[in-house]
Amino acid sequence: MAAAAFYDLDGTLVRTNLVHAFAYNAKNQQGLLRSVTKTLTTLASVPLFMAADFYNRRLFNDVFFVRYKGESEDRLRYLADELFENAIRPSIFPGAYELIDKSRQLGLRQVLVTGALDLTVRPLAKHLKIDDYVTNRLEFVDGYATGRLLPPVMAAATKASWMRIYAEKERLNLSDCYGYSDSMSDLPMLSVVGHPTAVNPDMRLRNTALQHDWPILDLR
Amino acid sequence: MRERQPKTLRGPVPRNKEDDQVVYIDNDSAPRVLFSGEDLLLEDLPVGTRVIYPKPPIEGLANPGAAIRYALNHPLDAEPLYAQLMPGMRVTIAVDDISLPLPPMATPDVRQTIIEILLELLDANGVDDVHIIVANSLHRKMTESEMKRMLGPKIHNAFYPDRYYNHDAEDPDGMVHLGVTDHGETVNINRRAVESDLVIYVNINLVPMDGGHKSVTVGLCDYDSLRPHHEPETIRASDSYMDPKKSALSSKVDRMGAIVDQHMNVFHIETAINNRMFAGATAFLAKNEDEFTEIDRLKFEGLKWTLSKTPAAAKRKVFQSIPSPYQIISCFAGKTEPVHEKILARCFEQYAVNVRGQADILICGVPFISPYNVNSILNPLLVQVMGLGYFHNMYRGKPVLKKGGVMILTHPCYDEFDHNHHPSYIEFFNRLLPETRDAMKLRHKYEEEFAHNPSYIEMYRRGNAYHGAHPFFMWYWGENGRQHIGKVIAAGAQNAHVPAMLGWDRAESLTEAIAMARSFVGPSPEITMMHHPPIVMADME
Repeated sequence: MAAAAFYDLDGTLVRTNLVHAFAYNAKNQQGLLRSVTKTLTTLASVPLFMAADFYNRRLFNDVFFVRYKGESEDRLRYLADELFENAIRPSIFPGAYELIDKSRQLGLRQVLVTGALDLTVRPLAKHLKIDDYVTNRLEFVDGYATGRLLPPVMAAATKASWMRIYAEKERLNLSDCYGYSDSMSDLPMLSVVGHPTAVNPDMRLRNTALQHDWPILDLR
Repeated sequence: MRERQPKTLRGPVPRNKEDDQVVYIDNDSAPRVLFSGEDLLLEDLPVGTRVIYPKPPIEGLANPGAAIRYALNHPLDAEPLYAQLMPGMRVTIAVDDISLPLPPMATPDVRQTIIEILLELLDANGVDDVHIIVANSLHRKMTESEMKRMLGPKIHNAFYPDRYYNHDAEDPDGMVHLGVTDHGETVNINRRAVESDLVIYVNINLVPMDGGHKSVTVGLCDYDSLRPHHEPETIRASDSYMDPKKSALSSKVDRMGAIVDQHMNVFHIETAINNRMFAGATAFLAKNEDEFTEIDRLKFEGLKWTLSKTPAAAKRKVFQSIPSPYQIISCFAGKTEPVHEKILARCFEQYAVNVRGQADILICGVPFISPYNVNSILNPLLVQVMGLGYFHNMYRGKPVLKKGGVMILTHPCYDEFDHNHHPSYIEFFNRLLPETRDAMKLRHKYEEEFAHNPSYIEMYRRGNAYHGAHPFFMWYWGENGRQHIGKVIAAGAQNAHVPAMLGWDRAESLTEAIAMARSFVGPSPEITMMHHPPIVMADME
């Protein structure tokens, strides 16, 4: 039976995260005043984002994605390639390329399971030659973001459920699959595969990995 | 403490005493000291037990620097080193890693002494394209501080990290395929070494398995080149792997080494060191207990008491921080085979003790260290490799233990692993051993999965982890012990599940273990204790 390697993205394969992407968009607003206002607001919100993420990834999603409300879809798409070239590509951990290469050599399907937005993930997935990916998607009405995410919202247990369904659909044996993440919020995702690995883990995930005897990898 | 009469000889002169290092326990003998991990035991052994002691250290060379220079200028079957040097040539110095010697030797390490002399010579002859590579094979990479300690700050600061680094067996661009032997063994070697005009290998021979063609052929190879000989059949066919003349492992490595010699110009520098593992406050550990002075007894009791009050991690730290004052007893340079032959002779001179007759029960104290856990934990797989691998194989002729006999190992067998150094060991121990202990099955079913696990590869490359395949090699290392020994008893194991997982029995104490062993082999067994460490090998008559 075939198998796959499932990767979280932010903090696992790249140094950047959702907030970096949002800040990049904020900085590149049309009009200087708008750019400055949006950037300052984003900066001021960072502690709130951190606190929300520490508490719960769902709460983080609730308070974070609402900031996209009113953004034009065209503009976000336009900035996505620029964002990749200027911010994301230089932030890919050097070890990420090797990890994916070695994994591909084993015949594993390469799959990204991330809470990042589809707009930002697409060029990165292409660059890393990822076979499949699932991301979060903003809801747009009349070409403008509503600040809400389209279901299913990729976070915590949802990632694990998606992986189970994906594995069933693609006839993958999850016991032979590999999972990589940096965050405690991805514990469900790591728990459903036979070969979980904590990558550049935060303190909580590091402790959990030690308790479960999972490998701990530093790609930085 | 019991009063003992001073003795003029080491124990009573026994019947047919075969060697000065062999002592037979009688009614008046002192209890014996055994390692049990980071603890020391003091045990009364049954009357008649034979205790085999390491030989006292051979006197070290008075002027190692002069001996090294002499070896470089008078090599065996090769031009003197200075005559091989030309300005502008590319030279790679490969050096044994931290697995040798054990415990790490007091500074300056013999490798530092040799390489300082080499660098002077290279510099004087206009050779400035010089790299120093730690030949760690699939062992963990050494940390920067370990590398600095090994070669000293002067060399380290001048060469690290661009020209002094660890070998990387998983570097996709870092290996070169040299060929295949007529037995189908693949030979892949470090690219920098292959593409050098001259490779100088700096070795320390701690046990007779080290050195020779193993230095380059194993130290600088990759997984595909290790597979042909790090496997159960080869180990079973090695009787023992500490006796190169009767080691299938050694024969295969020599065959592969011939291919290395066809493609590379290797100048081998080998050294033998003496048995001076303990000195100062711990010197009594190398003594016959019948010869303990009152001071020795006080030191022992003091150390034992302190250890009993100290947490395991702290004890480990203390033991690992005491370097051994080894001294160099021999240095030869030149072509690999003749150099190795000379050094092997010196090794056996230091380690080999004449022993007559096999034992029914063999007792070994397992210390805190093995080649694979310097600055780390002796995890259960390493306890296994010490017992069934190293201790069982410390013979020439035939094993110390009779076929089907009982080996008693004193060790707590704690279920602890170092997550940074031994991540794949953890999965091997917890996932594979409950399914099977059959080395053949493990090799065919799981070895490649572990070897190619991307996480383990990256942990080996970027961190300080042993390669994913390494726990398998450790299991195979114990294979001829496993085939030969009838029962293994872990005396003093603090839990039941680790011995059970390894296929062993557990006893609360050494006394209980001996009683269990007696019930297995019969009522009047020949009991032998190998008084490791320091290192001792049995030359079986």
